[in-house]
Amino acid sequence: MNKVKNHEPLVHISKRDSLPMYKSWAIRGMAIIAALIVAGIITMLLTGENPLSVYLTMIKGAFGTSRRIWSLLQGLAMLLCVSLAVTPAFKMRFWNIGAEGQVLIGGLATAACMITLGNKIPNALLIIIMIAASIVSAAIWALIPAFFKAKFNTNETLFTLMMNYVAIQLVSYFEILWENPKGSSNIGIINQATHAGWLPTIGNFEYLLNVLVVLALTVFMYIYLKYSKHGYELTVVGESENTARYIGINVKKVIMRTMILSGAICGIAGLLLVGGTNHTITTTTAGGRGFTAIMVSWLAKFNPIYMILTAFLISFMQAGAGEISTVFGLNESFSDIITGIILFFIIGCEFFINYKMHFRFSQKEVR
Amino acid sequence: MAEALALELKGITKTFGGVVANKDVDLKVYKGEILSILGENGSGKTTLMNMVSGIYYPDSGEILVDGKSAVISSPKDAFAYKIGMIHQHFKLVDVFTATQNIVLGIKDGKFNIKAVEKKVQDITDKYGFNIDLNKKIYEMSVSEKQTVEIIKVLYRGADILILDEPTAVLTPQETRKLFDILRKMKKDGKSIIIITHKLHEVLEISDRVTILRKGEYVDTVDTKDATEQSLTEMMMGEKVDLNITREEPKNLVERLVVDNLTVIKHDGTVALDSIEFNAYGGEILGVAGISGCGQKELLESIAGLQTTTKKSSILYKPDDLGPQQLVGKTPKEIRKLGVALSFVPEDRLGMGLVGNMDIIDNMMLRSYKSGKGSFLNRKQPKSLANRIIKNLEVVTPSASTPVRQLSGGNVQKVLVGREISSEPKVLMVAYPVRGLDINSSYTIYNLLSEQKKKGTAIIFVGEDLDVLIELCDRIMVINSGKITGIVDGKTATKEEIGLLMTKSVERDDNNE
Repeated sequence: MNKVKNHEPLVHISKRDSLPMYKSWAIRGMAIIAALIVAGIITMLLTGENPLSVYLTMIKGAFGTSRRIWSLLQGLAMLLCVSLAVTPAFKMRFWNIGAEGQVLIGGLATAACMITLGNKIPNALLIIIMIAASIVSAAIWALIPAFFKAKFNTNETLFTLMMNYVAIQLVSYFEILWENPKGSSNIGIINQATHAGWLPTIGNFEYLLNVLVVLALTVFMYIYLKYSKHGYELTVVGESENTARYIGINVKKVIMRTMILSGAICGIAGLLLVGGTNHTITTTTAGGRGFTAIMVSWLAKFNPIYMILTAFLISFMQAGAGEISTVFGLNESFSDIITGIILFFIIGCEFFINYKMHFRFSQKEVR
Repeated sequence: MAEALALELKGITKTFGGVVANKDVDLKVYKGEILSILGENGSGKTTLMNMVSGIYYPDSGEILVDGKSAVISSPKDAFAYKIGMIHQHFKLVDVFTATQNIVLGIKDGKFNIKAVEKKVQDITDKYGFNIDLNKKIYEMSVSEKQTVEIIKVLYRGADILILDEPTAVLTPQETRKLFDILRKMKKDGKSIIIITHKLHEVLEISDRVTILRKGEYVDTVDTKDATEQSLTEMMMGEKVDLNITREEPKNLVERLVVDNLTVIKHDGTVALDSIEFNAYGGEILGVAGISGCGQKELLESIAGLQTTTKKSSILYKPDDLGPQQLVGKTPKEIRKLGVALSFVPEDRLGMGLVGNMDIIDNMMLRSYKSGKGSFLNRKQPKSLANRIIKNLEVVTPSASTPVRQLSGGNVQKVLVGREISSEPKVLMVAYPVRGLDINSSYTIYNLLSEQKKKGTAIIFVGEDLDVLIELCDRIMVINSGKITGIVDGKTATKEEIGLLMTKSVERDDNNE
């Protein structure tokens, strides 16, 4: 009995029932403020700048000019697009961490059409072929691990991860094959003179098309998950495969169908990146969005509408952090540190949303 | 009473969010006694004991051990106070042996497996446990696992043992053995608290019984002054009729003809061996047997979830069509023919319901495909959900509450209610009252009787022989995948069924 305690624990933790929406968002808001304060202090310590100017720099970096706002919107749209793509898979508890590769394959197919068919067939026809090629190729890329999962119960996490590397190697092969000019190991801007296969721009807004397409996808995904039979089935499969089997859902079919959808949307992201904005392809075209998207999707609890917020948050932080590093002459790792601090707070605050802390002294007051 | 107090609770209150699980509960446990805590589902029995064993921490109130105020904020603290709890869901490592599980997590300097084994052996000898300590957990029956849990707690020196629904998973024989052991511990001066809702067990084993209702303390009575009726009234707060009305089966129609049904598991063992029986519309066919004797495989075969051997035959005879062979059909096709399986495995939410979905969406599991187009229609499921909540008195904040948040009995009502609502011709239920309190159990029994009156063929896999005898028209006993007898529910006795439950095993042993 030597270890017996004789006073109440200082803190004990209990699970909350549920929190009203406004309160949980207030906690998240507070987390962001806390993150900014800590990030500001650290920047100040390292650079000697006053924190206020650090924040201003961040905001300027994200919203400073209309060009920057558009670039933020573009980043947001592309990140959201990939997040939407991984969401149905994750909701089905299929850990698709291969979005990076799926986006690349979609982009590669787009580039292939532009290079091989550009200026040979009417532009409208070319674009239609590009859309089809990017969607189909990425869907197939995603279907491969789903097929093996359904038939042989392979581990989808490893499988999809490995497929990323295959996709990256494929792209670097074609980079050499299609290099332009010769010897540069780069594809360069495709069809720079004729703009063949470039997706049309709406008015003068280079990125508006992407934003609108992703907005439409968001609405589609929201409805698909919440109101469609497919969405219902994939939720049941994710929650309990036994139940799904028991009520007669064809689990294998649902796994494959959902991954086709997931891949197809990744393909659209690849199409928008290559055909819409970059007009070239490199191994870094997907830019890590395939992984960041997982976070966006989880933070929003797989709700596409909330995803607009979480994707915005992360895009804003990245843009702002990038600006801090340039303005204060720090290298790029510094923006990663800042982003890391912010994400730590955002993810950490979920704990306070789900759990309540009781302190010894506050208890005494109650009694 | 003259004995010394081992444990005392004063004014314990615990809330989860807005839900009050325990409100101002007092409790006294003396040394060398067995105390039952009796209460309906969701009356806060387990929550209360979880606070004593350090899983939860009370919002207010005081716990006294040996008359001194105690702070228990983790299971480790509880062990320091010599309190140990055996939970309903065992917490054992499957690939470890009994001994390994028993010493798991104990840090006391040198680890000497010989000394450990000796100490464990001493405990088993002292109380008469019958167990192979070198057996791995995954090879054990439920009763053996429970024994390991009890020894584990004793090994840690517990003087106060809390058992949460210990008999829920045991056969009558196993229960008797457990009770013998508990009596020996009592003689040894240990205090034992049993959480239960089985009245005859309360009367059989305990010295005193504390009754909780809706999280509040009702009363504590000496068992010798109590009757089943008086306890029920205190528990429910009203008079309850504890009889099952079994009407004579009328208009029997042959629905299922099962012939030569054999199931061989992945590992080559025979789960079902040439099962042969008929089920009729308008009667309840009970299935008795020690758990894991092929009940699950039998129901799953009929529902199309099991691969059976080629010779197996399950003929289903609907009114409008000729006989239909169910073997080889998918669960979906079988369901369309009107065969409903309300299979409730040990984990209620494992099959049949989705914990994170609300009641409406769970209703929809059955019907979501029926409408045209690719969108869901939540209107009918919603009205069905509300109807079930009203008719079966499901306690829930609303129809859009995730099923996971409901208590066991209410989950069960939702599941059985949904199965019955599809008006099946054949309804299969397995352990539909497992873990349920009396009131909920009787609601379920009455629902089944009503279905029988409507002409449904009901196959009821149960574990409580008293109930099987009271409820079922015929009782089929299976053992190790074989039918050892089909008896008449009106004339059968518990002993007769108990004998059949173990019969074929003996015969097999002789053959070997």
